[in-house]
Amino acid sequence: MRVLALRPADADEAAEASELLLTGGTLRPASSGRRPARTRASLGSSAFKWLLRLFGICYVGLLVGVPVGSVVWRALSPGLASAVDAVTSSAGLHALWLTLEVTALAVACNTVFGLGVALILARRRFPGASVLEALIDLPLSLSPVVVGLALLLFWSSTQGWARLVVVRLGFEVLFSFPGIVLASAFISLPYVVREVLPVLVEIGTEQEQAAHTLGAGSFYTFGRITLPSIRWGLAYGVVLTAARVLGEFGAVSVVSGDVVGRTQTLTLYVNSLFQNYDYPGAYAGALLLALISLCLLGLLSLSRRRRAVT
Amino acid sequence: MAAVAPRAIPEPRTGRRDGPNPAATVVSRLGRRAAGPTLAVTYLSILVLLPIAAVLSQAFTGGIGQMWDEIWQPETRAAIELSLVSSLVVVVVNLVAGTAVAWLLVRDRFPLNRVIGALVDLPFALPTVVAGITLISIYGSHSPLHLDIAYTRLAVLVALAFVTLPFAVRSVQPVLAELDRETEEAAASLGAGSWTIFRRVTLPALAPALLTGAGLGFARAVGEYGSVQLFSGNRPFSTEVASVHIFNLIQNYDYPAAAAASLALFTVALVVLGIFTWLRRHVLARESST
Repeated sequence: MRVLALRPADADEAAEASELLLTGGTLRPASSGRRPARTRASLGSSAFKWLLRLFGICYVGLLVGVPVGSVVWRALSPGLASAVDAVTSSAGLHALWLTLEVTALAVACNTVFGLGVALILARRRFPGASVLEALIDLPLSLSPVVVGLALLLFWSSTQGWARLVVVRLGFEVLFSFPGIVLASAFISLPYVVREVLPVLVEIGTEQEQAAHTLGAGSFYTFGRITLPSIRWGLAYGVVLTAARVLGEFGAVSVVSGDVVGRTQTLTLYVNSLFQNYDYPGAYAGALLLALISLCLLGLLSLSRRRRAVT
Repeated sequence: MAAVAPRAIPEPRTGRRDGPNPAATVVSRLGRRAAGPTLAVTYLSILVLLPIAAVLSQAFTGGIGQMWDEIWQPETRAAIELSLVSSLVVVVVNLVAGTAVAWLLVRDRFPLNRVIGALVDLPFALPTVVAGITLISIYGSHSPLHLDIAYTRLAVLVALAFVTLPFAVRSVQPVLAELDRETEEAAASLGAGSWTIFRRVTLPALAPALLTGAGLGFARAVGEYGSVQLFSGNRPFSTEVASVHIFNLIQNYDYPAAAAASLALFTVALVVLGIFTWLRRHVLARESST
């Protein structure tokens, strides 16, 4: 299995190398000798290329590299033990658990919804399909604070439209766990649909139809034909959703009430440490969040590569 | 094509089921066909649409005149203006820088480019709070580089540039990688200089992707909250962006003003995104006509 998994990457590199041989004209003196017009251009552009490299490295380095490096250094310079202490306080641990619970729930909801909607949009025609597709993208262009306000106004127990549900059934939403999950699910709604839908459209329905005519039921076809071909697109969407939920701050800080040890997620906890001038703690918390998102980033690039191969 | 497919599938199954009442099976099949979309729309409504409708209804409760007054409050206006202008500035800066970085990642085999490639995705995955703390740790008042830009308008720009960098780079990069280099080489062999080639051959081909990236980045920047609220200091009329202002209004239980400001921010964002989409369509149409 491991050998099989490695092979596409090797093939990829071989293709890349051959591409370099075929098209990397500027790098190879032989080919620039073949085209005199290009030599003149590349002589002038050599200085330009170095300028561009310098600019790219400075821009990305100063904007991203140096700040991230400084946070790592500041979190670890008081010693690893104190960094661990800051994160494993009871409030910190509670925030971590709450964040993991919320992430699991919101990701589960949006995966089921995203898969269903992607299947419907890709395989069926019904009135309003394009409207549905546009509405799903709505959370992408809303400020997280506006999302928080929307949930606040809708679920409020005094003036919200859902107050009958909230008051009669005693289903407390705002300033408690369900509100945080709703905010997270709202914010991360589009990602699974957006990743799975193009793959579904691309693979077409021929194999599914063949399975159907051979007598396979819908669920069997989905499990054996559809799911294997969309799995890396789905994985990409799921990890994207998780990353978004994990880092959500604006919407959750409006809706959750930020109660220490009860409704404080990890991002809210780190923010409150920083606002209370506990800088070492805040840097340690930020490092923890950064490490988690780095892991997710690794998973993202893994599923992106796999998706490109299959 | 897609409409034909589902109708062809159920035939062997209805034959097996031999239902006594064909009308009932038609109804149940119709019900089953509608069940999926209905469920999806219900989930979407409860989660997204009804809450947004609640914001709209709150904004309009006092009538359009009162809503307009709320939006035209000096502080609200200043905040929305700041968000709009700084997002546009950052989008333009990141388009130029993002194209340069994408070019380095695709065309240039310089060893340090791998580091750039790894760093570019980082802001996308980092939580916004971490982005804010990260920036303040090096460009804040305790800056080891003695570069204290925290709580200035420049801080707003830097924070927005940080969070939108991946959008600019990653939307240009794949198009640049797939770009046919023969046209560029043909232009070079005809004696065109590098700049002319870039302007007349490469840039037009990248334009749709650039506009997509601009749209994504703008949508993200104009509503950005977490990183900006930590790094910008949130001073009214100076460094308070729209989302921070709306947050403060919510904290003061001034829901009508918060709803009105939200509506204004959303409208501004939609108009700008609409312009980007229109431009993109325009560019694509011109490209296909030539």
